Amino acid sequence: MSLIDSVSFPRSFRLPRVDSLVQWIVPLAIIVIWQIASITGFVPTRVLPAPSDVALAGWKLLLSGELLRNIWVSFWRASIGFLIGGSIGFAFGLANGLSQLSAKLTDTTLQMVRNVPHLALIPLVILWFGIDESAKLFLVALGVFFPIYLNTLHGIRTVDPQLIEMGRIYGMSDGELFRRVIFPGALPSIFVGIRFALGIMWLTLIVAETIAASSGLGYMAMQAREFMLIDVVVLSILIYALLGKLADSASRVLERLTLSWHPAFQKN
Amino acid sequence: MQTALRTSLPETDLAGRASFAPHARVVREEHSAPATGLPLSIRGLRKSFGDNEVLRGIDLHIPAGQFVAIVGKSGCGKSTLLRLIAGLDKIDAGSISFGDQVQPEDIRVMFQEPRLLPWARVLANVEVGLGRDRASKDAHARAEQALIEVGLADKRDQWPSVLSGGQKQRVALGRALVSRPRVLAFDEPLGALDALTRISMQRLLERVWRDQGFTAILVTHDVAEAVALADRVLVIEEGRIAHDVTVNVPRPRERGSVELAGLEGSILSHLLSADDRT
Repeated sequence: MSLIDSVSFPRSFRLPRVDSLVQWIVPLAIIVIWQIASITGFVPTRVLPAPSDVALAGWKLLLSGELLRNIWVSFWRASIGFLIGGSIGFAFGLANGLSQLSAKLTDTTLQMVRNVPHLALIPLVILWFGIDESAKLFLVALGVFFPIYLNTLHGIRTVDPQLIEMGRIYGMSDGELFRRVIFPGALPSIFVGIRFALGIMWLTLIVAETIAASSGLGYMAMQAREFMLIDVVVLSILIYALLGKLADSASRVLERLTLSWHPAFQKN
Repeated sequence: MQTALRTSLPETDLAGRASFAPHARVVREEHSAPATGLPLSIRGLRKSFGDNEVLRGIDLHIPAGQFVAIVGKSGCGKSTLLRLIAGLDKIDAGSISFGDQVQPEDIRVMFQEPRLLPWARVLANVEVGLGRDRASKDAHARAEQALIEVGLADKRDQWPSVLSGGQKQRVALGRALVSRPRVLAFDEPLGALDALTRISMQRLLERVWRDQGFTAILVTHDVAEAVALADRVLVIEEGRIAHDVTVNVPRPRERGSVELAGLEGSILSHLLSADDRT
């Protein structure tokens, strides 16, 4: 009896930790299989270097400071571009969601621009800005703008009209109505936009840095290709994957903090 | 007690008098509350939506503190009348006047849907009902008091999504009561509840009305509910008041009693005979 108690007691503490590790089983298994395939020569290292070689290349680049510098440059471009494009998209979403006049004036134009793939503008952007920072920021901002604009607009337009009527009956001013009813009601949709935008942010940045840049992760990968350093190419790709996961986790944490009222985010 | 109640109840006598008549004072004492109810006078009220004339001249006086139920078939204009009284829609012709200077907080509406803010906790939802007093220091205390009145003090920190339908509607009632309204309009507030929850909500409505003495106007399609709760039942047909029935039964009323069943039957037969004619 006492033995069973002493065994089952710590287990209840261990369980949640095991639970959060489950998601990493598949990535780890892939790396292990990949390592074995490389060592046995099943996958030639010219095609795909062993994970240990990639880690070694990463370690060398880390020591030289090159890796951190490039990650920082890419991270900086991504966040500044996201902030610029995201806030403009949010502002237009708010304006067009709240004002019929503003929507009539700008929505058609924005919908037309939206249908141009923003990466098709790369040649034009290079002609305009050359290959300096503003070119990358412009592309990222443009890519991020539309998902945030569309989802903010959709969120505001679909706030329950009965709740808005309730707010008016209870004497809310326009500002209060926005703060207490419209914005919180639109927030779930705005988060959908943010998560879409984060994906587009990395995609745009990778393409932009691969084509026209003199620093950053994409540039590092292109340089490595010139010198046939396949391990560095693979390393860059893996870092992109990790950064993408990081951005997604950050938006999930924010979502959980601000949408704790939502039945989908409540435990039990 | 019972006899005193009886003397105060012939509302048709009251209807013609001003609110300061001795009779009305008796009513207020019976409700054991400060003089909070507002009298209501409606003259020649008309309302159309496009070509559809929904209200075709309503004349009505409701004395302060009376509980009036409005029944009628769907589309007869009963909800429209309520929305006009609550100031939610614009009047086409005629007038609605209250016996006093009216503040926005004096008139409150409760809908069939609770209309709670899902992102605000129960207490914050009740605070919404304070109107312009939301920012005042005693907002919390007043909201808590209203929650106690509707019996949900222990749910103050919950999200609305975890409440049952009846509990949500009680929070909505707390929100409507927190500003101490002088007229409370109910638009089928119990329509979406199950039978047992309905009955306990009806008791709650009756209790808060007696405690606070506001003028209550209840729109319902349930004639049994109307005769159980109201002092007076108005039957609306084709945009006009077709019948004005006084419910002369002392409170507390026994549900299913012969008197109530008789009244319910006669009102129902009015409604159904109108159905046969069309």
